Formats: sequence, C-alpha cells, structure tokens
Amino acid sequence: MIEIRDLNIRLLDFTLSDINLGIAENEFFILMGPTGAGKTVLMEAIAGLVPIKSGKIFIREKDITRLPPEKRDISIVYQDYALFPHLTVFENITYGLHFHRIDTAQAEERLNRLFDVLNISHLRERLPAKLSGGEKQRVALARALIVDPSVLLLDEPLSALDPGFREDVRNALKTLHQSSSATFLMVTHDFAEALSLAERAAVINKGIIEQIGDMKEIFEKPNSPFVADFVGMKNLFKSSSSGTHAMVSGLRIETGRTIDPSSHYVAIRPEDIVISRENISSSMRNNYSGIVTKIDNQGFYYEIDVRVKDVSFKGLITKGALIELGLKEGIPVYISFKASAVHVF
Amino acid sequence: MKREPFFWITISCGVVIMAFILLPLIQLMTSPSLGMLRETIQDKDVVRSIWLSIYTAGLAALISFVFGTPLAYLLARREFSGKRFVEGIIDLPIAIPHPVVGIAILSVAGKNHWIGQVFSELGVRVMGSVTGIVTVLTFVGIPFYLNAAKTGFESISPRLEKVSRSLGASMFSTFVRITFPLAWRSMLIGIIMCCARAISEFGAVVIVAYHPMIAPVLIYERFEAYGLRYSQPVAVWLVSICLVLFLILRILTLRNAKEI
Repeated sequence: MIEIRDLNIRLLDFTLSDINLGIAENEFFILMGPTGAGKTVLMEAIAGLVPIKSGKIFIREKDITRLPPEKRDISIVYQDYALFPHLTVFENITYGLHFHRIDTAQAEERLNRLFDVLNISHLRERLPAKLSGGEKQRVALARALIVDPSVLLLDEPLSALDPGFREDVRNALKTLHQSSSATFLMVTHDFAEALSLAERAAVINKGIIEQIGDMKEIFEKPNSPFVADFVGMKNLFKSSSSGTHAMVSGLRIETGRTIDPSSHYVAIRPEDIVISRENISSSMRNNYSGIVTKIDNQGFYYEIDVRVKDVSFKGLITKGALIELGLKEGIPVYISFKASAVHVF
Repeated sequence: MKREPFFWITISCGVVIMAFILLPLIQLMTSPSLGMLRETIQDKDVVRSIWLSIYTAGLAALISFVFGTPLAYLLARREFSGKRFVEGIIDLPIAIPHPVVGIAILSVAGKNHWIGQVFSELGVRVMGSVTGIVTVLTFVGIPFYLNAAKTGFESISPRLEKVSRSLGASMFSTFVRITFPLAWRSMLIGIIMCCARAISEFGAVVIVAYHPMIAPVLIYERFEAYGLRYSQPVAVWLVSICLVLFLILRILTLRNAKEI
C-alpha cells in the first residue's frame, strides 16, 4: 500500500537517511521514536509537504514522489490540531469537500457518520477557539476523514490531550480504523500508546529506522540497544557469550539456548526480575545475591536498583511487595529471573 | 500599598512624553481661526495638493501591496541563505536620510543613467512628475508594508496551509481560503503604515518633484514665503483629513476583529 524506497531527506537542521518501509492496505501502522527522531518529517514527506533529496514513495503501486500534496489523497492530523481558526467546526470539517467531487447525498452520509462516531454534532456552529483539546482533535479527525483518503497520517494525535480525553480519542481512532478503508499511519513517542493501537510498527531514531516488525516482536525481541531501551528493557548490558550463557562484567547469565556469536547485548525487562529476601529455590536459572542501591517511587510501582558485583539490575515491584519485603537502601537481597526472560542480540 | 519610586518614575516619564507629542500638535490644530480654515479649503492650490498627497500615497501603498505581498510571504515561510541580507536591504530606506533618497532616485532616473534614458525614450518622466512622486513614496513606504505583512504571515502556523493542501486545495486556493483571511488584518495595517509614511514624506519628494506640489511641499513653501500663520491652516487640513482616513480604516478593522 505505502512503499518507501531509499528515501533521503536533508533539511537545514535535520536528515533522514535510507528509509525503507512497507505498509499494508488498511493497516494501523505506528512510527515510534523519541522527540526529534524525524517521525514528523517522515510523515510530512509521505504527504508531500517537505522536499525529498532522493528515493521514491509509492501508494497502491503508484509513484507519488513528485505529486503535489493536494493530488496524493493523503490526509494529515497534527498534534496541535491545526484547525482553521476563522472557520466553524462545520466549515472546518467540510473544507476538503470543496476540492473533491463527491455527490451531496454521499457527503451528507459521511458527515453524519463522522459526527456520530466522534460525538461532535452539537459543536457544529462553534469556532475552534471555543473547543476543548479532545473536541478539537475529534474535529480534526473528522476533517481528515471526510474526503475518504487512502492514507490517514496522525502526528502524535493523543500527546497534547488530558488523560481522560486521550482514552476517548484513542477509542474513536480504533472505531474509525475498523470502519474505514484508509491505511492509518500514526507517529508517537509513547510505547504504551503504540501497543494498544497498532499491529505493526517501526522504531526510528536520529533519522534512521532501527527496527520494523510486529508490535509483539519489537516488544519482546528488540534488535538494538536503542530499541531495547525504548520499549522498556531497562536491564541492558554489553556481553560476551559462549555456548548457552552470556558473560556480563564477570557475571554468568544463563539463557537456556545456544547464543548466536554475533550477539553483543543481553536485555531483561525489569518486570521479569523477582526480588526476595531469602534465596528461594525455584526453577529460575539465574539467581544472584546483591545489595539494594536505590528505590524509586514511580506511582503504581517502585523501581528497585540491585547491585550484583559490578552489575546494576533494575526490578519493578508493587508498593505492597515493597512493604512486605521491608526493602531499604543498603540491605542484601536475592534477585532471580528465568533463562527465557533473557533477550540476547 | 506604598508605591515604589520606580513606579513614579515610569508615570512621570510617560506624562512628559505625552505632553511632548501632544502639546505642539494641539497648539497647531487650535491656532488658525475657523474663518482662515474655511478660506484655506476654498483655495484650489491647497485642495489640489492635499488630494495629490493622498492619492500618490495611496498608489504607493497599492504598489507595495501588489509587489510586496509575495515577497513578505516568501520571507515569512522560507529559510534561505542570505535571508538576513535581504531583510537588511528592505530596512535600508528607513535609515537613509530623506534628501539622499531623492538624489539616489534621480541619479538612476536622470538623463545620465541608461535606465533614465530608457524611461525618457518611453516618454516616462520622473523628474517633476506624479510618476516621480509615487516612485519616491513607494521607496520610503514599502519597508513598512513588507514588515507588517511578513509579521502577519509569520503568525499563521504553516501547518494550517499544510492541512489545507493535504485536503486537496492547491497553493492558490490555500492562500485565498486560509492564509489571506487570517493575514488580511496585518496586511491592512501594513498598508496604513505605508500610507502614513508616504504622506509624511517631504525631503525626498522636494528633490525629485517640487511641482506638482504635494501638501508637505505646499506647507513648506507657504512657511518660507508668508510665515507660520499661513502655513498652519494647510497643515491643519492635511493632518485632519489623514486622521479621519486612518480612523475610518482602523474602525473597519476593529469591527471585523470581533467577528473572529
């Protein structure tokens, strides 16, 4: 559906290099990465809004690289909504219809459906300045979808919203994706948001795509230190390996499988690490004794740093477990994790 | 609450400046008798010169609008090397002494320069003509229009235009439907500033065209020939008419401001 080949972009203060990306028809695809990674630039390139240095972009096998934005049939929704401030909600939403040949009955039907799904019909005559963030984003979505685009680009549509509105808009996005034939491409820096919406994703950093794949695959098998860190694999160590175990600063970590010799990192999710006061005998292959060096309150969870020899592990526990275990900085504990929880790359 | 001394300094400076600006103007406006004012406005030379002042300034603003709008838009939207330099050039007419502007224009439009020769071949006369006056007024007025329009365009998020394009609008439709409706107020303010600057020009015009006489030149001539008392009534009429015109424009803009 969307096919990007060897795309290079050079802007004054930014470059995107050798982007190759394929997205299937009607897919919900997510582009993830930290702020400043080049997500928005890549999206604007697909929409024809930034100049391209080299490479090609195809949509439904048609080369659109040189087409102006108005001929691409791609709608875009921005984080800051970008509603036309001098037009009412109704005029904003129907703006695109001026430039498309759609018969009135069909347009009306689409309009009513969008008003319905997004629950904004009561806002019809209001100006954007009089709307809340969630309402603005829903109007922006309606405006983008009324022209029935082949691709909908979403630039961090949830980031500027309050948590309550965020859930509303996220659910609306799901509904709209299911009922629409458009391919959704959404940009976000929030991994949790991506997990709840997309089937497949790409992680982009400093203008380069680090990994493309199923959400599950990216979450469980990151292929670079950056992606591992981005998806929350906070225990990330450089390692050397032999046979089925990896050595991290003299610490032997069992993986239960033969390690590819080209691997240089091991990663373990903090939630896979079990912390206890006594050396519990369990089926877990990796058991170490260490010292608690830091306890960090993260709201629902506490992040516990445990130093084992020269290696610092991070584990997550609930507040209840923290009190039950009587954890304090400086006390000795045992940590253990399964061989299968160790990710090697 | 006890006011600090700094507060009193700001207030007294403000009062002094207000008085400094208003006192001479009020004195000027109240000096001539009503009879003299009536007599002056029946003087054909006066009416002609005020009318000439207004419409040459208007033409200068129109030219600035037509040629300046695309440049202002370009400067607001694009980054390119040498942009600062271009912006510096645009501000030059503000900094150059007025008679020097007149002399500079004459040195290009005069008989010793090929451009002047081409003009005279075509039958266009700059020296001592309305063309010359409009040329000079555009020269001094256009920076004001460019800067105001540029600020207006800059205040509109480029994303609005991007969304409009992605929804199927061409560049031209986008300008007409989105950019212009959001920027026209700044553009109008630019036109008013350009007009105001043009109407007040004297030094450059007097070098390029003493005749036909614009109002400031006429005021200067009456002052030189007959003294303060005879120049005042013309000045009062010029100031009043300009104030009324600008006031009308401002009211029109403010009324529309409430609608958005």
